[in-house]
Amino acid sequence: MILWWIGDIVLLVVVLPLVAALLYGVLAAARSIVPSVRQIAGTAAVASKDLDATALLLTTQDQVAQTVAGVANYGGSLDVILDDA
Amino acid sequence: MPAAGIVMIIAVVLIVLALVYFLVATILALRDITSALDDAITAVTEIVEKSAPVNDVVTSINEQLDAGVELLEGLLVKKAGLVDALGLVDGLYVGSASAGFRHLPESTELAAPRIGEVYTKGTLTLARLGREAPIALASPAGPALRNVVYASSSARKLYPGGRPPAAERLPRSPVIGTGAPVQYEQRDDIGAPRKRLPSRT
Repeated sequence: MILWWIGDIVLLVVVLPLVAALLYGVLAAARSIVPSVRQIAGTAAVASKDLDATALLLTTQDQVAQTVAGVANYGGSLDVILDDA
Repeated sequence: MPAAGIVMIIAVVLIVLALVYFLVATILALRDITSALDDAITAVTEIVEKSAPVNDVVTSINEQLDAGVELLEGLLVKKAGLVDALGLVDGLYVGSASAGFRHLPESTELAAPRIGEVYTKGTLTLARLGREAPIALASPAGPALRNVVYASSSARKLYPGGRPPAAERLPRSPVIGTGAPVQYEQRDDIGAPRKRLPSRT
């Protein structure tokens, strides 16, 4: 009977607080992850929006090609007009 | 049932209740994490998709620009010579001569001549006419047109004795048209039938 009471006391004084503390720690850790993940998601969304202008790189590419072609034409004309050194 | 058994049952029930409460709360938190991670993964996927062609496009742009630079540098060296071209580039972009030309490694070892020593005074004068012309920076007097007073004094040098006054009376411009003082008669034969030559007999 005494052992039974000792077991009850151990359950109430040691096991129950220990279980509660461990589970509370797990819950706190899980809840602390949520805002960080939300921030990551928000940052990734903003970064994705910043990359919307990358489509304009194709326009830049075309314009650079046209500009270089124009410069090449001017260079060819100058090569004909001007004497070499 | 003894009292010790009832206390044990109560203790076990309390432990189970604690387990249920904390585990359910943990499950809800993990669901929030999963939802937020889904959002993050979606955004990251968009980033990956949008940035995928960037490397190829930028590489292509760089190749085209490199070709343009190579063309212009080659043309400049061909027309002005390596040393003079280096001096001209250094006159335009001060200090760039140390970098030399891309495809002419030996150009880094050359000393860039001062632009004033390479080109004639007339070239420098023409260069100074352009506002903020970098070539004018090589002038000991400094950039001419950036100084408004200096520029106006340069203009005044055109008339050292003062600007000449306008003439008192200038000849009038000739008057033409129907109101002109001198009218020329119209020829009668204009518009008339052509005169027939006498036939040969």
